[in-house]
Amino acid sequence: MIETVVKASLPVGETLAIQKNRITGKKAKSRRLAIVTGTHGDELEGQYVAWQLARVLEEKKDALRGTVDIYPALNPLGISTIYRGLPGFDLDMNRIFPGSRNETMYEYIANGIVRDIKGADLCIDIHASNIFLREIPQVRINEKTEKELVPLAKLLNMDYIWVHSAATVLESTLAYSLNMVKTKTLVVEMGVGMRITRSYGDQLITGILSVMSHLGMLTGPAPAVKQPVVSTDGSVAFINADASGFFMPQVMHGDYVKKGQMIGFIADSLNGETKEELFSPVDGMVFTLREYPVVNEGSLIARILGGIGS
Amino acid sequence: MRRVKLFTIDALPYRQPIPVYGYRFGSRKKTLAVMGAIRGDEVQQMYVAARLVRKFSELEKQGAFAPDLGVLVVPCAGQFSMNVSKRFWPLDNTDINRMFPGYDGGETTQRLADRIFKALQGYRWGIHLASFYLPGDFVPHVRIMNTGYEDNEEGLDFGLPYLMIRQPHPYDTTTLNYNWQVWDTAAFSIYSKTTNFIDEESAEMAADSVLFFLAKKGMLPYKLPESVLRFLSEKGMLGSESPEGSKTKTIKEENLVNIHNRTGGILIRYHHPADFVRAGNLLAEIIDPYTTAVREIISAPTDGTLFFAHHAQLIAGHSIVFRMIPQTN
Repeated sequence: MIETVVKASLPVGETLAIQKNRITGKKAKSRRLAIVTGTHGDELEGQYVAWQLARVLEEKKDALRGTVDIYPALNPLGISTIYRGLPGFDLDMNRIFPGSRNETMYEYIANGIVRDIKGADLCIDIHASNIFLREIPQVRINEKTEKELVPLAKLLNMDYIWVHSAATVLESTLAYSLNMVKTKTLVVEMGVGMRITRSYGDQLITGILSVMSHLGMLTGPAPAVKQPVVSTDGSVAFINADASGFFMPQVMHGDYVKKGQMIGFIADSLNGETKEELFSPVDGMVFTLREYPVVNEGSLIARILGGIGS
Repeated sequence: MRRVKLFTIDALPYRQPIPVYGYRFGSRKKTLAVMGAIRGDEVQQMYVAARLVRKFSELEKQGAFAPDLGVLVVPCAGQFSMNVSKRFWPLDNTDINRMFPGYDGGETTQRLADRIFKALQGYRWGIHLASFYLPGDFVPHVRIMNTGYEDNEEGLDFGLPYLMIRQPHPYDTTTLNYNWQVWDTAAFSIYSKTTNFIDEESAEMAADSVLFFLAKKGMLPYKLPESVLRFLSEKGMLGSESPEGSKTKTIKEENLVNIHNRTGGILIRYHHPADFVRAGNLLAEIIDPYTTAVREIISAPTDGTLFFAHHAQLIAGHSIVFRMIPQTN
C-alpha cells in the first residue's frame, strides 16, 4: 500500500510528497523494517533494490511477519532533475537531519521522514556513491555505534564494513539522527552514481532477507551470506590526484594490489603527455575506484584497505 | 598597499591557472584579515572587500594607520565558480565553506580550504563577508558563532544595527568562521543585504563597519560612518545614545520568530528587512500563480522588526518568509 509520509506544496501547481510502499505480513505490528534510499538525487542503485525487494516480498508474503516500509525517494526533486542535492537549497539533504518543523521546507520534510521511520526495529539507508567513484558493496558505520551495528551489518551480505571515525558534521545525517533515537540504522554504500548495478542490488536483497530472518520477520531458513572484510582488520589508505586531467585506471575495482603497484595515471590530452602516475602506498584491496575520468587536483582516485590478505 | 599572490588555483583541466591575491596594508603584524567571496555567486561580498581595499589604500596613504596595525584583504577565492555562474565548486558542487580548516592531502575543495585557511591564520581578528544558505535579504549585521571561544562584546564595535549570536549546527563546524575561532582568531561574519547582485548602500555600510571596528580599537581615526548613520536615521533607530555604536542590538538567533507560509505560490512582499511592524500588520501575500487569487495572508504574529525576508518570487509551502526580532518591552 502506498502511503504519503510528509508533503509540502511547491510554488506552481505541484505537491512535493515523500511516499513509501508499506508491505505487511502476519502480525503486522510485531516488527518493522525501513528501507530508505534516494537522499542524493544522483544515486540510483537503491531504485533497483526498492523495486525488486517489493516483488520478492510479495512472493514471500506467507512467510512475512511484521511490516516492511520501502521509501524509494527521500529527495524526489533531486532524482527527477539529476541533481545530487536539494534543488534551490544550499545544504546537502544528508546534513539537515533530524530536521525541524519550524525551519525551512526541506527541514520540515526531513523531520517528517525521521518521525515516520523512528521506532522501526531496523533501518537500512542505501546510498550509491556519486558519479565520480565506484564502491564495492559495503556498510559504513560510525565508530560511536560500532558495537551495536557491526553484528547486524555482517548479516547484510556485503563485501566490506567500514567503521569510520566520528565527526561533528556527520551528526546531521539520517543514520546518525535515527541511531541517536535508538532506531538502529545501517548505511549501505555500493556502485556508482547515475547507474544501476543489478548484481550489487541482488547481493543486498539477499542480505536484507537474511537480516529479516534474523529479526524474525521471515519464517524458514535464512539465506547464506558472505563474510565481509571489516576495516578494523586493516587500515584505509587514500590516493588523491595531484594534477588535473583525465584518469586512466590500471587496476580493476575490487582488486587486491601490491604496495608500489600502479593504480592508474592522469593524462594531459592537450600535450599528449602523462601528468602523473599514481601508485598504491600499501598491499590491500581497492574498495573505491575513480569512475569519472575528469579529475581536478585533489580528486579522490582510490581508497585501499591495507593490511589484509587476498 | 602590497598585492601578494597567496596561492594559485590550477585544479581544472583546460582552465588557465588563477592566482588568488591578498592585499596587505600597514605593518607586518597580523592584526586583521578580511575574506571576501568564497562562493561563486558572492558578488556583493567581493565588492565589499574591493571597496575595503580602496578605503584601506587611501587611509594608508594618509598615514592614518596605527603603527601596530597590519591588514590583509582577500577579495575573492571563488573565481573558478564565479566565471561559470556556479555557486559551488564546478566539478562536484562541493562548498569550500563546508571544508574548513581544510586538508592539504584531501579532495579539491579541502585543499583550497586549506590554502585559504593557511593564508588567513594567525590574525587577531578575522572577518568573513558571508552569504546565507537561504535566498533572502538581511538587515546588515555582524554574526558571531557561539563556540566557547568567542567574545560577544567585540561584535558591538562594528556599529552595525545588530549583532547576532548563533548557536552552531553540526554543519557550521566546517565553516571559516568556526575554525578561525577554534584556531585563536576572534571571528566575525558580516552580512550585508544581498549576495549575487550589488547593493551599494549596504556594501558601503559593511565596508565602513570594518573601519569603524578598527577605530574603536584605536587603530584608525574614524567616526561612526555616514552610511550607518543614514540607515539608522531612515529606520528611526537613531537616538541620542553615546558612545557611538551603542545602538547595536544583540540578538540570539534562537530568539528570532520564524514566520512561515503554509501554501506555495507567488510571494508578494509588502515589508522589507529592518521594517518595524505591529502584530497583525499585513506582511505579504501568497497568490495563486494562475489566477492571482490570494491564497494566504502572512501577518505579523507580534510587534517587532523584520530581520530576514525571503526574496524569491516563487515560494514553496513551509518556507521561512520572514524572520523577526520580537519587541521584548
